[in-house]
Amino acid sequence: MNTADQYLKAIYLAQRIEDGPASTGTLADLLEVSPASVNEMIGKLEERELVDHEKYKGASLTDDGLERAHNALQTYCIIERFLANVLEVEEFRDEARALESVIDDTVAERLDTIIDRPAQCPDCFDAEQDCCELLELEASGRAD
Amino acid sequence: MSLGQRVSSDHQLTRLLQIGVVLEELVESRAAHHIESLPPDERAEFDEEVEELLAEAATESADHRERLEALIDDLEAETVGYEEINALVDAQYGPPEDTDGVLYDQLANEETAYKFYDDLIEAIEASESEFAVDRERLLETLYSIREEEKEGVEEVTEVMEQRA
Repeated sequence: MNTADQYLKAIYLAQRIEDGPASTGTLADLLEVSPASVNEMIGKLEERELVDHEKYKGASLTDDGLERAHNALQTYCIIERFLANVLEVEEFRDEARALESVIDDTVAERLDTIIDRPAQCPDCFDAEQDCCELLELEASGRAD
Repeated sequence: MSLGQRVSSDHQLTRLLQIGVVLEELVESRAAHHIESLPPDERAEFDEEVEELLAEAATESADHRERLEALIDDLEAETVGYEEINALVDAQYGPPEDTDGVLYDQLANEETAYKFYDDLIEAIEASESEFAVDRERLLETLYSIREEEKEGVEEVTEVMEQRA
């Protein structure tokens, strides 16, 4: 997943957490980058008409941005479910965060053919828990 | 969340190689399922070339898997066995409608594997981390697997063009 998609996903989640525009501070925390980096990327996403930015309020996704964020979150859900249920990784949230930049959407689509993902994905993603609220975890680690 | 595409630890590298093994197991299992899933009348038409292509893909995937497993062994980790992945494929498998569908799926398999190794190589090259496995051997193995995946894409494309 490329950096722009990771930002769009973070804005989507921040908007859900804050129930309104995503603030620079929340995005910087979610993405573990500096507020200056967030502002720079928001500017680029605004130029591409994926994000609307209102001074002192924050960033909101446009319809196009929302569609891309949805797809990015779905890819992320596939990675989390694959790690949790196929490789049985206990720390699947941390590992999904570490791996998402290296896993392409097409790879995630293939992995999706062997996982059981609810039809409403990614609406069932719990932004605060950072995972799907319907995810059932296996007993213990297998592939460690 | 980790921005920037690089592999920074043995742990992360191991996990990515384990994903590579699963992708190879998926190719192997789906190829076997495709052959079995065809109805008898389609199977008769399923020409030798396509059957050979799938058999070769399965053999090549098994070979790639072994080479990845050797690296994972050096990183002192394990992989998910073929039978487990085969069972998961079984549970979710929906057979393609016809031979063209089989070929499209096979093309997607090869292209996905190529993209995976290409991204992985880039992420390793972008990293200055030292790994428990020899960096040169790691990259040489991945370069050669990536090359074979590229050839695989070309072979499937050729067969598809001939059938068009």
